[in-house]
Amino acid sequence: MKKQSMFPLNHVLGFVLSIALTVGAVFIVYQTDFSASVKMNIIGTLAIFQALIQLIMFMHITEGKSGGINIINIAYAIFLAIVVVAGSIWVLTTGHAAM
Amino acid sequence: MASQTSTPLEYSTHQNEMTILGFWIFLGAEIVLFATLFAGYFVLENGVADGPTLKDILMMKDVLIETFLLLTSSFTMGLALHQMRQNNLKGMLIFTVITLLLGAGFMYMEINEFIHYVHEGVTMQTSAFGSALFTLLGTHGVHVTLGIGWVILLIIQLVRRGITPVTSRKFFIVSLYWHFLDVIWIFIFTFVYLKGALM
Repeated sequence: MKKQSMFPLNHVLGFVLSIALTVGAVFIVYQTDFSASVKMNIIGTLAIFQALIQLIMFMHITEGKSGGINIINIAYAIFLAIVVVAGSIWVLTTGHAAM
Repeated sequence: MASQTSTPLEYSTHQNEMTILGFWIFLGAEIVLFATLFAGYFVLENGVADGPTLKDILMMKDVLIETFLLLTSSFTMGLALHQMRQNNLKGMLIFTVITLLLGAGFMYMEINEFIHYVHEGVTMQTSAFGSALFTLLGTHGVHVTLGIGWVILLIIQLVRRGITPVTSRKFFIVSLYWHFLDVIWIFIFTFVYLKGALM
């Protein structure tokens, strides 16, 4: 009976992609000749993809009857996170420049 | 036998559904908590007060090992949940214990890393950079440690009670927490360590 268990394809796929994205980010930092800011943009994008993989493939964010509410909630939290991080950097670095 | 098409056991009651939703809202607050710590770090990371920078003290090999340990533990936690949905308690417990061991390995590596930083002359008191770094990494480490304790308590409950609507809901929530810690680590790895190596 137990043998019929479905292969956890989503998890294996998510794991392989996560490893690939991590190795890719390390490769870009140490083995390519892009400028530091280009490298940061690339690995930042890779990190966001990896976070989305975790949310969708591992955390099943869209699952259950509250799936829609979950997405709105997390999207709002991400919006707040961006405001806090970008806002702090913006305010404090321009403050230094003006001094 | 629970099939993949029917509603999973952890969603079987209205109370369970609301508890899971409540935990997602908590995770939203956690995202904001870590955002403030990241913001603090980004603002202060250049304030090294003539002390070492992250690049001077960074051990990328150790950080990579930590990353793969946590990444793999997130995967095995997913497999444990998959086993739970197959109603296979034994498989579920095996993958949960593997997850715990990987989590403990991560904590061992991170504590070693902290000891190395202190030996290199970076403590919370050294500079603004040191304070921000240890606060960010330490908060994540405390979360992992609490997660390990939480999972151990749940294993005891699972052994005693088996897979019920209540224990499956609890396990689903702890798995959300564990994956969330991996998400935070992805950002620490990219925007603290890899960025530090680039500077």
